[in-house]
Amino acid sequence: MKVLLGTGGREDGFDALDRTLERTREAGDDLTVAVLETSSDEDVESVAADVREQVAATGIDAEVRVLEGHPGSQLVELAETEGFERIVLGGGQRSPLGKIDLGEVAEFVLLNADVSVTLVR
Amino acid sequence: MTDRTYPDDTAGPFPRPPDTVTDGDGREIRIRESGQDDFEALAEMYENFDPADRAQGIPPVDPDAIREWLDTIVSPEAVTVVAEHDGRPVGHAILVPDSGEGYELAIFILDEYQGAGIGTELLEHLLGQGQATGIERVWLTVERWNEPAIALYKKIGFETSSSESFELEMSISL
Repeated sequence: MKVLLGTGGREDGFDALDRTLERTREAGDDLTVAVLETSSDEDVESVAADVREQVAATGIDAEVRVLEGHPGSQLVELAETEGFERIVLGGGQRSPLGKIDLGEVAEFVLLNADVSVTLVR
Repeated sequence: MTDRTYPDDTAGPFPRPPDTVTDGDGREIRIRESGQDDFEALAEMYENFDPADRAQGIPPVDPDAIREWLDTIVSPEAVTVVAEHDGRPVGHAILVPDSGEGYELAIFILDEYQGAGIGTELLEHLLGQGQATGIERVWLTVERWNEPAIALYKKIGFETSSSESFELEMSISL
């Protein structure tokens, strides 16, 4: 399956990457990782470098791309134009009390994608 | 998350625990600060919590996960207040410090004790205890469709601080 993982450099994004790489190996999926410009403080290029390192460590052949602009719409557009069958996102940050906080990227993608979306917990 | 806003005007004053109140169904409810000694009784309360009343993944359902979660939120910096009926916890309200100047609030009431005014009493006493501890900024998130909860928070003095996310964020200044 053609799978598109979107991450902005937060912890839940890297957890999702970890689990998706595992799944890619098991299922023989075709994985592309899109590094998004989110509202987090992390620099998108340094996040991309960390992502490339994590991918390389597994030996899986996955393309890593940086998407500039509005993260949710860029991700959905990429999925549509390049025929991805599934979008994978981190499952949200935890508040100090342990509540799941779904960010604006997840909300936009869930409401606008025309392919299935997986949130990794 | 980092630029959370709070109302200019402070709310309160609020009553402080310990206190005993009579709920809308005539039950005598004891409200007091809770501590490490209450851990097991609270864990059992959360085991009996109606899964339909969970919010954003808490409380967890699995007994071990409940205890793990309780462990992480019950720190010396947290302020927690329990409502008891016949010596058994029926409600629990919590203030947990965030990474900045604020405290996140959550409240849980067992299903059969809801709609009797216990939530209002428990919240007011929690904020009273928070005030006495020197806490000035409190926030919470609530699902946008949860109108009874939003109405309760507004009545206490919370104001909407952000409505851009899945959940509504509300805050209060003490």
